[in-house]
Amino acid sequence: MVAVVGVGYSGFDANTPDLSWKEIMYEAALRAYTDAGINPRRDVDSFVTCAEDIYEGFAIFDEFVPDQLGAVVKPTCTVCADFLYGIATAYMQIRSGLADIVAVEAHSKASDIQTFGNVVKFAMDPIWLRNVGNAHPYYLAALEMFQYMGERCLSEEDVARVVVKNKNNALLNASAPYAANVTLDDVMASPKLFDPMKKMEIAPLADGCVVFVLASEEVAKELTDTPVWVKGVGWWSETYGYDTASFSAMYAYKAAKMAYKMAGITNPVKEVDFAEVDDRFAFKEMQHIEALQLAGKFEVARLMAEGYFDRDGALPVNVSGGNLGVGNLLEATGGQKALEVVLQLRGEAGKRQLSDVKVGVAQAWRYLPANSGAVAVFGV
Amino acid sequence: MAVGKKDIECPPYAEGTPLSDEDIKSGKVTYVEDHPDIRYSWTAGQAISRFLNGLKEGKILGVKCNKCGRIMVPPRMFCELCFKPIDDWVELKDTGTVQTFSISYIDPDARPLPEPIIVAVIAIDGASPNMGIMHILDEVKPEDVYIGMKVKAVWKSEEEREGAITDIKYWKPLEG
Repeated sequence: MVAVVGVGYSGFDANTPDLSWKEIMYEAALRAYTDAGINPRRDVDSFVTCAEDIYEGFAIFDEFVPDQLGAVVKPTCTVCADFLYGIATAYMQIRSGLADIVAVEAHSKASDIQTFGNVVKFAMDPIWLRNVGNAHPYYLAALEMFQYMGERCLSEEDVARVVVKNKNNALLNASAPYAANVTLDDVMASPKLFDPMKKMEIAPLADGCVVFVLASEEVAKELTDTPVWVKGVGWWSETYGYDTASFSAMYAYKAAKMAYKMAGITNPVKEVDFAEVDDRFAFKEMQHIEALQLAGKFEVARLMAEGYFDRDGALPVNVSGGNLGVGNLLEATGGQKALEVVLQLRGEAGKRQLSDVKVGVAQAWRYLPANSGAVAVFGV
Repeated sequence: MAVGKKDIECPPYAEGTPLSDEDIKSGKVTYVEDHPDIRYSWTAGQAISRFLNGLKEGKILGVKCNKCGRIMVPPRMFCELCFKPIDDWVELKDTGTVQTFSISYIDPDARPLPEPIIVAVIAIDGASPNMGIMHILDEVKPEDVYIGMKVKAVWKSEEEREGAITDIKYWKPLEG
């Protein structure tokens, strides 16, 4: 067994003009080590950071991470993926006996990127996808959304309800810069920038950093009386071709199956108490709820309208406000989701605290134009 | 051909197919060219902002950690060895010692430079050992540079300085 014994974060903010990305990492790391009651210079055996060079604007970005994590002259590596892949990597390092205590980090300093649209385009095949037309590549999400709406018989209101729920949930999260008391009418009146996708259905960029300290069962029991267990991890990739992908979040379905199997979960609807899923485009939340088997294929919209996924519903989803409330945190997206799950399981979620939660799921997608993602199941 | 191995020739199978500029221009090779426009504006943050503002005033600023006693430059808000916040800011001299250097003859595109550029790591006077700035040397002939040479910063004029590492134009020998 592997446990989360410390969490720390910095942000989340729409912009961070006062701090460099190194300084937000230091802040989050210091909080996580203090939470775990450890000294990184003495106690941490291995450091795993999650970063994508093109988001940072540095080549070989892993070279820039040790100082602000307390990892100088220590085993350190960077996973080029979301935070939840870092959790999976740390899990394997601990289970294999390589390390007893591992720190996992991911951050977003999206406000440093001047040309985000071109950064997304840089992930498209340069030979037959990248230079077709000159629209902002968020249309990639709209293409998938329109097909998904057709296949699941969804109305525009069905998708808009995700925004209403998450932005209102975010009002109880002091670290959610895009919280708002919006109504369904407000979202429906939002301009269609990528018809049928509306502006408010797109999570704006945000800055922040998340650091977790993971430990083996033996060490976790020495460090804390309230460990949160990593019950299962999973990750999966479909295909890079935007014109050949399933457009049904197979990556999340398969990653969740892997994580559920490890966690011994056979009936997710009954055994999962709440979930934080990737909602960087509103329809993605519906797709991911379905992929995580938290509702049947054609039930998501009806259950959403009935309040089933609300904070006081039967299976709350994105109580933190999700990406629509907190922002698009790039590779730290899964970090914010895992953070919310851990805070809820510890009973430290403040005014948005859910009652009687024992098992929570965090899921993140690798963002446009990827068809990959990871899932982690946490429990107490 | 490797130096000192003049009697050895490449075996025929390693020759490959030579390509000329003309082959590429005439479309004999299938390829797609792209020139992405990707730009960033990195927030300098607390430590480096103060350092850059210092350069604008013609000063090199460092920080001190009272636990390990090191004086560090460029500055940072935390000591990476002790993993604690730094304790003090200190003004350092604009003189130092050449710790290592390289006389560089070609540009990043592998074209010959009109004059070689002497790149050096300069250990700043007053900072702890191995704490320094990588910069360039000038007003010195390449053959006269040596490790351990004392050097001094040559600054841009006050009006020209903008709060950048290039506010120091180059470093020159302290004597001569």
